[in-house]
Amino acid sequence: MSAASTGTGTTDPTTMSALALARAVRQRELSAREVTTAHLARIAAFDKGERGLNAFLRTDEAGALAAADAVDAKVARGEDPGVLAGVPVGLKDLFVTENLETTCASKILQGWIPPYDGTAVARLRAAGAIIVGKLNMDEFAMGSSNENSAFGPCRNPWDPTRVTGGSSGGSAAAVAAGFCPITLGTDTGGSIRQPAALTGVLGIKPTYGRVSRYGVVAFASSLDQVGPFAGCVEDLALALEVISGHDPLDATSIVEAPSALGPALAAGGRPQGLAGLTVGLPREYFIPGTDAEVDAAVRAAIRELESAGARVIDVSLPHTPHALATYYLIAPAECSSNLARFDGVRYGRRVQPPGGDLAAMYQATREAGFGDEVKRRIMLGTYALRSGYYDAYYRKAQQVRTLIADDFRKVFASCDAVATPTSPTAAFKIGEKTADPVQMYLADVFTLSCNLAGLPGMSIPCGFTRAGLPIGLQLMGRPLGEAALFQLAAAYAARTDHARRRPTLALEAA
Amino acid sequence: MSATTTSAATAAPDFEAVIGLEVHCQLRTASKMFSAAPTHFGAAPNSQTDPVVLGLPGALPVVNRQAIEFALRIGVATRSKIRARSRFARKHYFYPDLPKGYQISQYDEPLCEHGLVQFVLDGQPREARLTRIHLEEDAGKNTHLPGRATSLVDLNRAGVPLIEIVGEPDLRSAAEAGAYLRALRQLVRWLEISDGNMEEGSLRADANVSIRPRGQSALGTKTELKNINSFKFVEKAIEHEIARQIDVVTSGGRVVQETRSWDAERGTSFSMRSKEQAHDYRYFPDPDLPPVVVSPDWIARVTSALPELPAQRRTRFVEALGLPAHDAEVLTGERALADWYEAAVAAPSKADPRKLSSWVQSELLRVVKDTPLAECPIKPDMLAELVALIDAGTISGKIAKDLFARMLQSGERPKVIVDREGLTQVSDTSAIEAAARAIIEAKPKEAAAYKAGKQQMLGFFVGQTIKAMGGKANPQLVNDILKKLLES
Repeated sequence: MSAASTGTGTTDPTTMSALALARAVRQRELSAREVTTAHLARIAAFDKGERGLNAFLRTDEAGALAAADAVDAKVARGEDPGVLAGVPVGLKDLFVTENLETTCASKILQGWIPPYDGTAVARLRAAGAIIVGKLNMDEFAMGSSNENSAFGPCRNPWDPTRVTGGSSGGSAAAVAAGFCPITLGTDTGGSIRQPAALTGVLGIKPTYGRVSRYGVVAFASSLDQVGPFAGCVEDLALALEVISGHDPLDATSIVEAPSALGPALAAGGRPQGLAGLTVGLPREYFIPGTDAEVDAAVRAAIRELESAGARVIDVSLPHTPHALATYYLIAPAECSSNLARFDGVRYGRRVQPPGGDLAAMYQATREAGFGDEVKRRIMLGTYALRSGYYDAYYRKAQQVRTLIADDFRKVFASCDAVATPTSPTAAFKIGEKTADPVQMYLADVFTLSCNLAGLPGMSIPCGFTRAGLPIGLQLMGRPLGEAALFQLAAAYAARTDHARRRPTLALEAA
Repeated sequence: MSATTTSAATAAPDFEAVIGLEVHCQLRTASKMFSAAPTHFGAAPNSQTDPVVLGLPGALPVVNRQAIEFALRIGVATRSKIRARSRFARKHYFYPDLPKGYQISQYDEPLCEHGLVQFVLDGQPREARLTRIHLEEDAGKNTHLPGRATSLVDLNRAGVPLIEIVGEPDLRSAAEAGAYLRALRQLVRWLEISDGNMEEGSLRADANVSIRPRGQSALGTKTELKNINSFKFVEKAIEHEIARQIDVVTSGGRVVQETRSWDAERGTSFSMRSKEQAHDYRYFPDPDLPPVVVSPDWIARVTSALPELPAQRRTRFVEALGLPAHDAEVLTGERALADWYEAAVAAPSKADPRKLSSWVQSELLRVVKDTPLAECPIKPDMLAELVALIDAGTISGKIAKDLFARMLQSGERPKVIVDREGLTQVSDTSAIEAAARAIIEAKPKEAAAYKAGKQQMLGFFVGQTIKAMGGKANPQLVNDILKKLLES
C-alpha cells in the first residue's frame, strides 16, 4: 500500500470529484463501500423529509451496496474495476433500470419495475459506477422548474424556496448538494443546461446521437439527448466518455466514434489555452429581456475566454425568434405519440371505471395518471398532427428547424463555438411561474435552438447574483464538436473558481 | 338483407365491378421488423417478445435489413419503382394488441411504387397495376373469452414484418381478383419471402369493391371488405359484395362508404364502421428511424440474385420444352416443383419433357401432396430414368407404375430394380405366342365369341396373356399375336 493511503478517512468522500474517488478506490485508499455509504448518508440527512431537497425520488441502498462490494471484490482480485470504480451516480427517473422502479415522476408509471437496463446505464455499471438512486424531474421531462413532478418539486440547494430548473432538476440539485459527483439527465429543450445553470453545476447536452437513447423513456425523440452533470469539467468529460458511442439498439445513434476529450482538457488548461479558437456571440441571445446580473456575468465570462486566447466575434442566428414556436410544435407532436403507450394495459397504473369498456379504461387511466402539463402537451401535439393539419404545423415546423440548423452551420464556418447566457434569469421562486405556461416556456428560450439543430451545448457556472444564486454560461458547438466546448470550459475553470463553490445546505446551516 | 344470389350478380349485365386488393403478407425473417425477438409461429403466448415488441418505455426500433431485402425482392420482381430514400411513419390508434399505441408503417414515402402483377385467368395472361408495396409491423392478437369480460393479449405476432401490397382498382370480377391473389401468393413463395399461408394469417387480403354502370368511367362508392382469411372464400366474399351493392343500387339505394367484415360461416358480411367512424391515424415520420436508403448497388444485387419469375418460366416451358399452356401453369405453381421438373428434364436420361410433365402431374404431385418435394425419395433423375425406360421399350407402362410405387418406398433407382428382378419387358414373339395359344385353348367359348364377331373379346385375351406373363409382355406385340392367332 502506498503512502497515499494515510489520507483515508481524513477526506469526506462527498466533497471529492468522481475522478479522485475512482482513483482512491482503484488504489485501495477508499473502498467503494465507504464511498457509497458516505453518499447515502448525506442523501438521507439532507434530501429526505419535509425540509429535504427532494432530489431523489428513491434511493437503492441494497443495490448500491451490492454494486460497491462487487467493485471492491474486483479491486481485491486485481481486476480492472473500471474508470468510474465506486463512483456514486444518480439517474434522472426516466432512465430505465432493471429491477429498480422507474416512474418519470408520473403517477401513470408508478410501480413499474423495468426488466431491463438502458444502454447508458449499462455502460455506467460496466465502468464500475454505483447507481445510488433515481432523481426527481418534471413529469416525463416536460417542464423547466421540476414543479411538474407528481412527487413534489425539487428544491434548489442554494435557496430551498427556489426552483432547480428542469426538467432534470433532481440531477442538477444532487450534484450541487454533494449527493453524488455525477448524475445523468436528458435534455430536450434545455433540460440539462438550464437546471445546471440554476444550481451552479456543469451539464452538457451532447450532439444528437452521441449517446444512445435506448432505455431512456422518450419525450420528443428527435430532440431528446442524454447527458451528464458534474461538479467539475474533468468529471463531466469522464462521464460523457463512458456513456458515448454507437449503440446498435438506437437507430439514431452516430456510428462515427467520438474523439477522446483528454487532449481538449489539457489544451484548455494551458496558459493561453484558447489560442486559435474563435467564439461567436450571437446578437439574438443578448437581448433586453435578460436579467442584468446574468448579462453582466456572461459578458465577464466571455472576456475571461478572450484573455485565455480566444478570438471573440459577433455573429447572427437570424431564425432564433422562431425557435420557441417551432419547438412547441415538434416536441408536443412527438410526445403525443410517444406517450400513447401509457394506456393502462401492460404496466403502470390502470384505472378501470366500474362497468366501463376499454375506451373508458383508457380515458380514466390517462386522466388520473398524467399531470396537467403532460396533458396540455399531448393535446397540443394531437392537434398539430391531426389529418389535414400536418403540413401546416409539423411539416412547417420541421422546415423552420432546417433554417435554424442552417443558421448554425453558417456561423460555425467562422467560429468554433458560440457563447450565450444559458437562462435569462437565475433560479426563480417555487410557484412563481406555474400559473403561466408561456412564461415558463420562455425560461428555455436560449436553450431550445441547440436541440432543434442537434448540436452539443454545455452550461458552466460563471458567477453569482448578489443574492447568491448561480448563473450559467452556455457554450454551443458544431455537431460532434464537444472537444471545443471542453477546451473552453477547462480554460475558464483554470481561471475562475465559480464551479468550485458549493452551497451550504439549509439543513447543514441549521 | 339482400336475397340476391351469387349467380344473379354475375349475370347482371348492367353493372361492372371495380376491385382493388390490399394484401398483407408476413415476411419470413428470423427476427422481427424492428428488434431481434424471434418470430416462431405457434410458440407459447408472449414468448416471442422483448422490450421493443412489448412497447416498454425506453425501447427503440431498429430496422431489420433482411425485411427490407425481402421487400426489395418483390419490388424488383413486380418492376416497381424503388425509392432511394423511403421513410417509416407512425400510425396511431389505441388497442390492446398494439403495444406502443401506434403501428410503425410507411405512409407518404413507401419503399416500392407503380409495380405490375402478371397472372393468368382461364389460360389468358393478365396484368394488374400496383399502387405501392410498403413495409410495416404486424399487431398482436386479442382473444376474447366467450362469456367473460376479459380479453387475452398475445404479442407473439406483434412486430412481425409485413409488406402491404396495394393494388390499383384494375380487377373487374371476383374470379380475376382470385387469380390475382393466387398469383401474388405464388410470387411471394417463389421469391422465398413469405409462406403465403392465408389460413395461418401470413397472407391476408382486404378487398375494395365498387360497382358502376358498364361503360361509365367514374368510380362508384367503394366498400372495404375485411377478414377474408381463406383462399376458399376470396371469390365468394367478393361476389357476395358485388351482388349486395347491385341489389342496393337496383332497389333505389346508395352504396355507403364503409368497412365490412366477411363472415365465412354465414356466407355474408356485416358493417364494421362507416366513413364517419374512421380513425384519424395522425401519421407522421417516425423520429426513431432514419430514412431507409437503398443504393442502386443494393437494387442491382437483388435484381441479379432474383430467380426466373413464374410468368417467364411458364412461357419458356411452352416455347422451349413444348408443353401445353396448362401443363406449364401447373408446373410453375411452385418454384420447388418447377425446379424439380427442370432437373428431371436436364437429367442424363434425356427423357421426353412432355412425358415427364405428365408423370409429374399424374404421379408425383399425387404422392407429395402433404410432404415437401425435397423429401420425396424419388429424385428428378430417377423419374427421368423411369420415363426413358418406357420410351426405350425396356419396360411397359404398367410395370412403370408399379416401379414408381416401389421407388417411392425404397428410394432405389428404377434400373436397379428392373435388373435385379428381371422386369424387362418380354418382346420375344415365340414366348408370347406360346402363352397366347395356351390362353386361347383354355378359353374356347371366348375364342368362339370373338370369331363370331365380338371384337371386344380381344381386350380380354390381351389382359389374360399379359397377366400370364407376369405383366412383362410388350402389350403391342401381345395384341398383334393374339389377333393373328384368333383370326387364323
